[in-house]
Amino acid sequence: MAKNDLFDKDLKVINIGLTSFKDSLEEVNTDVMQVDWKPPAEIEEKTLKIISDNHSYIEKENEKSLKKILSGTPFLVDLDIAIDVIPGMKKNMILHAGPPINWDRMCGPMRGAIIGALIYEGLAKNPEEAEKIAASNEIEYSPCHEHGTVGPMAGIVSPSMPVFVLKNEEYGNHAYCTMNEGLGKVLRYGAFSKEVIEKMRWMESVLYPALKRAVNELGKIDLKNIIAQALHMGDEVHNRNRAATSLFYRQIAPAVIKTNDTDIAVKVLEFINGNDHFFLNLSMPACKVTLDAARNIKGSSVVVAMTRNGTDFGIQLSGTGDQWFVGPAPIPDALFFPGYTKDDANRDIGDSSITETNGLGGFAIAASPAIVQFIGGAAQDALNYTREMYEITAGENNIYQIPSLNFRGTPTGIDVVKVVEKGILPFIDTGVAHKDAGIGQVGAGILSAPMEPFTKALKSLAESLEKK
Amino acid sequence: MVVKGKIKRGEYFDSVTLMIVTKQINGIAGITDAAVVMNTEENRSILDSSGLLLSEFDEAKGSDLLICIKADSDEIAEKAMLQVDEVLDKVRHSISDSEDFLPKSLETALKTMLDANLVLISVAGKYAAREAMKALKRGLHVMIFSDNVSLDDEIKLKKYAREKDLFVMGPDCGTAIINGVPLAFANIVNRGKIGIVAASGTGLQEISSIISNNGAGISQAIGTGGRDVKKGVDGIMFLAALDALKSDKNTEIIVLVSKPPAKEVLKKILGKVEDIHKPVIAIFLGADEKLFDGSKAIPAKTLEEAALIAVSLEQKKDKKSFQEKLQKRHKKVTEIAQKEVKTKNSEQKYVRGLFCGGTLCEESLIIFQYKIGDVYSNMSSKEKFQLKDSLESYRNTVIDTGADEFTVGRPHPMIDYSLRNRRILKEAEDPEVAVILFDVVLGYGSNMNPAEELVPVIKQAMKSAAKAGRDISFVCSITGTDQDPQNKKNVEKKLNEAEVYVMESNAAACELSGKIVEMLSEKFGEKENSHG
Repeated sequence: MAKNDLFDKDLKVINIGLTSFKDSLEEVNTDVMQVDWKPPAEIEEKTLKIISDNHSYIEKENEKSLKKILSGTPFLVDLDIAIDVIPGMKKNMILHAGPPINWDRMCGPMRGAIIGALIYEGLAKNPEEAEKIAASNEIEYSPCHEHGTVGPMAGIVSPSMPVFVLKNEEYGNHAYCTMNEGLGKVLRYGAFSKEVIEKMRWMESVLYPALKRAVNELGKIDLKNIIAQALHMGDEVHNRNRAATSLFYRQIAPAVIKTNDTDIAVKVLEFINGNDHFFLNLSMPACKVTLDAARNIKGSSVVVAMTRNGTDFGIQLSGTGDQWFVGPAPIPDALFFPGYTKDDANRDIGDSSITETNGLGGFAIAASPAIVQFIGGAAQDALNYTREMYEITAGENNIYQIPSLNFRGTPTGIDVVKVVEKGILPFIDTGVAHKDAGIGQVGAGILSAPMEPFTKALKSLAESLEKK
Repeated sequence: MVVKGKIKRGEYFDSVTLMIVTKQINGIAGITDAAVVMNTEENRSILDSSGLLLSEFDEAKGSDLLICIKADSDEIAEKAMLQVDEVLDKVRHSISDSEDFLPKSLETALKTMLDANLVLISVAGKYAAREAMKALKRGLHVMIFSDNVSLDDEIKLKKYAREKDLFVMGPDCGTAIINGVPLAFANIVNRGKIGIVAASGTGLQEISSIISNNGAGISQAIGTGGRDVKKGVDGIMFLAALDALKSDKNTEIIVLVSKPPAKEVLKKILGKVEDIHKPVIAIFLGADEKLFDGSKAIPAKTLEEAALIAVSLEQKKDKKSFQEKLQKRHKKVTEIAQKEVKTKNSEQKYVRGLFCGGTLCEESLIIFQYKIGDVYSNMSSKEKFQLKDSLESYRNTVIDTGADEFTVGRPHPMIDYSLRNRRILKEAEDPEVAVILFDVVLGYGSNMNPAEELVPVIKQAMKSAAKAGRDISFVCSITGTDQDPQNKKNVEKKLNEAEVYVMESNAAACELSGKIVEMLSEKFGEKENSHG
């Protein structure tokens, strides 16, 4: 609008900064909108300059990534054994959550889960022996994410564990995830007692074959459809999976009964029914298989993996290949189970933030106000958390919607440029593990991602653009 | 005595909020000093100078909040820490609990306010340019209140804006009135036919208020920021604003106000004035009048004179018609001065001017130099008259309390009177002081209770002088209008009751103060300060 045209209009002001200016404008009946501004993250001017010079190129590439994310079609197509199906899996390999890490730097719960896995694999007779093997060079550790796999909390996957097999039908890629063990003392929180191992053996010998038969009977299950419905039913499919688990149960139950003896079918269905989080191990790989299709788009600043190993918090960008960008993982702000406090909490852990990366979980918390109660928040807070996330995403989902935001699509495709420029960090809701091995979950809560991985990622992206 | 510090990671609050919090914490019994600041270079140096820069703050990042508390005991410090959390939490929630969600960025705000046309920016200087450029790229006019924007950034923004035919008012633009709407620190004035282009914030406020108080009104008042007319920016926005007023059908008279522009810039401005078929009144405080020789521009000596010429023209009177009014005032001033001189002893010789408006201080310097000779100041352009220490007055002195040495880390003295109030008390102790002159600037953004905060201090100052057998004359002007939230008439009444001479303009207040000093030196026979 030219200068002299402004003189003929009613002044409409956007106020960035002192709120007293907004108040004064309101007093003289002028339309004003306050921006709740935050300073950008600290980053070299040079990086910002390259990024701003390449602004339209990055936006164009981000559109490509976003399109791939939005058009992904995750289906559950089979169950199988890790060693037989996960690419790059080896007999002496253990996959873990988060960015790469060696035994020395692993946190308590991750070590606990590895001890449990070695006993489960029959490679060790007791925890002491397992610890020795784990610390030796015999075992190779690798991030789940580098094998098309995701795992909640410690995210431990050992060669003989059964896994869900997912396929992104649109792009043909696959993803894998173990089955959820339920609550209480469980491997993913670093517990490795006898009952933990026994439950895993039951899952391998009874649950796995029964579900495999049922899934094969159905052919495939449309997970995108289940997630979309669950969002309308109060789930965000990270910390609340009650609706999605129920929807999955309705689909699988007839096939379980049809393909199994009654006593097995009863036990399998009771197991699923007794675990509100059963679907978490399907929502996570559904997000993974969707996001993996958006990898390796040069110049794209969209995050394709965001994950924690209990020590470090790491991300990967579409535009920077397999490179990890890490910083220390924070401790979540949580509601703790009776008898536990923040002092007991481990640093943030798990691949489950793949849900946020795909615009679900904390990004969709407006669909799941029950979750904000974990931190004593109000329903309005849930709406505001989601609305804030629109500031840092490349776009909005076409299928996943938030009823209370007038069915607006969930904020999808974290854009590292926006994160850094606006100083707004991805919001994650999560479970909290005890920092010592073998104890398990001590609470649930929320946290913001740390800034460091994002500034590092942006710097690297800028460097790659400079070379271009 | 204990000193406690705390870093709050990634917690951002604006400086005004933090100042309010700091003030509350400092008010707790047992707290000697407290600071709640964002971790910026500037703030670190402030902490350092007050001994509050703890070693544990070394690891803080730019987006972190630093809290430091000096207290009589651990217990008090801990309590204060908790209170900081509480107050900050309240602030946070007063934002997030507001009925609707506040956008976190310009782009999101624009999704809601589709027809926004101006962006007012007051974030820390180092971020302001980026926000301004985003706004310009979206075709929005910009006013940058923030200072500490680099010259390069200012030039870049203004060149871009010139191409797109957009306003960039500022950086360091304290005031503007667009379409009758007061922006940032501005007064509520009548609308009318007089347009103002100002590279000076209080200059704009003084002129627009006097115009309004004399029954005329403002069409547009465009601030450019003081640096616009200097070398480098080369008057980009000053000239552009002049163009805009030239073709604005609602503007019939134009007033230009600034400290002296760079020579080449002044040339360009006067060149442009030649093409404007509307009267243009110019006040470039302290500029050589010869520069106007042969120009169409009508020069004014004071802000008041500029305003009154404009009023005469708007009211279709002769541009000299205001002089009758000034004549009457000269008479009145002489009468008051005669009366005041009687109460002074032979030691009392000097005026002390304590200003919160920078341009008003500048104006006093010019008027006094003309009337009473040598005047010392913290903003004198002559090195000889530059005060060695801004905290110590010398002979006739005028102080801009809004200068950097007073305001780093503090609210501007237009908002927070405490610094100047202390100075008033100090000047009253000086046996050589005859007159204390000050300004009161009203309007949005300024102190909301000026009389309530000033009157007790003035009474105390008068009392302490009386105890020492002296009488000091208090003289002030009020920049503002009766429509301002503080209401000029009410403020004036309360100051009058406290025996302060409230004059109708800064020029008039300077005239009276100068007259008293002049007559004192005549009476007691000392002419040491007059022009040689």
